Amino acid sequence: MSDYKGVLVLAEVAQGKLAPIALELLGAGHGLAQQLGEQCSAALLGNGVTALAQEAIAYGADRVYVVDDPLLQDYQSDLYLAAMDKIITEASPQIVLLGQTSIGRDLAPRLAFRRQTGLSMDCVELSIDPETRLLLQTRPVYGGNARATFVSESRPQMATVRAKAMTPLERDASRQGEVVAVAAGLSPSMIRAKVVHRVKEEVEGIKLEDAQVIVGGGRGVGGPEAFKQLEELARILGGAVGASRPPCDSNWVPASLQIGLTGKVVTPELYIAIGISGASQHMAGCSGARNIVAINKNPEANIFNEASYGVVGDFRQVLPAFIAKVRELVGK
Amino acid sequence: MNMIVCVKQVPDPEAPPASFQVDAASGRMVIAPSVNPVISPFDEQAVEAALRLKDAHGGKITVLSLGKDAVPHVIKKPLAMGADELILLQDDALEGGDSWSTAFALAHAIKKIGQYDLIFCGRQAADWDAGQVGSGIAELLGVPSVTLARKVEVSDGKAVVERVVPDGYEVVEVSLPALITVSNELGEPRYPTLRGIMATKKIEPIVWTAADLGVEASQCGVAGRRTRLLKLFKPVKEGRCQLIQADSPAEAGEKLALKLREAKLL
Repeated sequence: MSDYKGVLVLAEVAQGKLAPIALELLGAGHGLAQQLGEQCSAALLGNGVTALAQEAIAYGADRVYVVDDPLLQDYQSDLYLAAMDKIITEASPQIVLLGQTSIGRDLAPRLAFRRQTGLSMDCVELSIDPETRLLLQTRPVYGGNARATFVSESRPQMATVRAKAMTPLERDASRQGEVVAVAAGLSPSMIRAKVVHRVKEEVEGIKLEDAQVIVGGGRGVGGPEAFKQLEELARILGGAVGASRPPCDSNWVPASLQIGLTGKVVTPELYIAIGISGASQHMAGCSGARNIVAINKNPEANIFNEASYGVVGDFRQVLPAFIAKVRELVGK
Repeated sequence: MNMIVCVKQVPDPEAPPASFQVDAASGRMVIAPSVNPVISPFDEQAVEAALRLKDAHGGKITVLSLGKDAVPHVIKKPLAMGADELILLQDDALEGGDSWSTAFALAHAIKKIGQYDLIFCGRQAADWDAGQVGSGIAELLGVPSVTLARKVEVSDGKAVVERVVPDGYEVVEVSLPALITVSNELGEPRYPTLRGIMATKKIEPIVWTAADLGVEASQCGVAGRRTRLLKLFKPVKEGRCQLIQADSPAEAGEKLALKLREAKLL
């Protein structure tokens, strides 16, 4: 297995720039490569993306493999798969990291199976075992009720990484690196699953995945009307509204607001959980929040085991005063 | 149209967190006996996706599940919902695998079934949350895949799939046969009807072993793994929730706001 060297990360591009997950993976990949005494490479795929290679270097890549092709303008499963497969053959890395994004979730498993190698999805911690020099891949399992650390028995060792779980390096424009153009031999005939169009759904306000503040409602809010108050609070805080499963199943709010194992995984700075008991299925989607605040009338609710601050009380009585005070404090 | 749906039986993920404990010494999950086994929720939605196509176009739905511990009334639920056939892969040699060995066994079972236009899987199983078996099966079979579907339609020999992305959805056209993984946005699965449940009693599952699949013991289960579980543990909880004390709920609300301000969270 000594033929496999270094770390390769997929540097996703969004709106003509390296995506936040790309910077996080470069930070993580750079750190792991240093521990191994090897190099960190980036894979950069897209149309007209070559100029971003220097940016990837500034954020920690020693080498950037670029497949710059008009066919890669948007994500197409079969083409990205072929391009990444080609880059892995060329780079022969011992570790490959992708983001736990809509691209990574689609691409990573197919890529791992194509390379006949193991994969851990949605890792929140990565490190190198000092003795075995293997990649330790730690991820939540059982809806966040436990964490498991895996090692790969094949090469490359592959993982996808949850957003915001890793820290980018400071940008350093003086860093030097090598840019390698890769001819991936892509052709339109390789596309079997073709994205024919993309529909942006207008979400009022901020996307859950991007929100720094999320106000979540659960079964305990009792009905759709209460979500108006939650929306008001979210608006004051510049955040978004989410929900646990019961409000979505009962159609109080759209299913797209669901946070949890069956739903979205969010990582806000502040999560305000209202009438949410904290079932593991829900916590799986929000346990990555930096701070959880709970308002719940049941003092035994599991959410209080997860929260940093809490009020035991009926939200109908607590929330209006809370919202009024918040509005006063943030001046909106 | 011939459809195959892969489902997994898991401990009910809606059970209280305290029901899921870790035995650190053996590195195993210890699930409280009160937790009922269920079909993994995304897999039920995969069944629902297939049933909607059957409603529209007719066809046959074969349900495929790997695991020795399948409880008959649980694993038969897709039949009660309207699926036609149930195949269980049950063999010691197939147990203890990872995503790789699971996909390997399921892909061989699908090859043995032979005729299929669409394969459905849930986007991930609610126990190990690995989220790769569906795509893995597609790669092993050499068929295209579309992940995270919220809607699936079939016309002119291809499937048109709405794939969930963070800011909306993509419309993906895929040639058949294809594999599709289903996300929760597809909507709630139907309840079994009484007639469905009664009909199910007459359907006996077909049971296949590793030998039936024509796979060597060295390729599946524990022996076929590509990853190894090193450690299983409970995440450290700081358990330092500061509960706001106040004379009235309204005062508690105000104090909470002030506390968050103090902690620079507002």
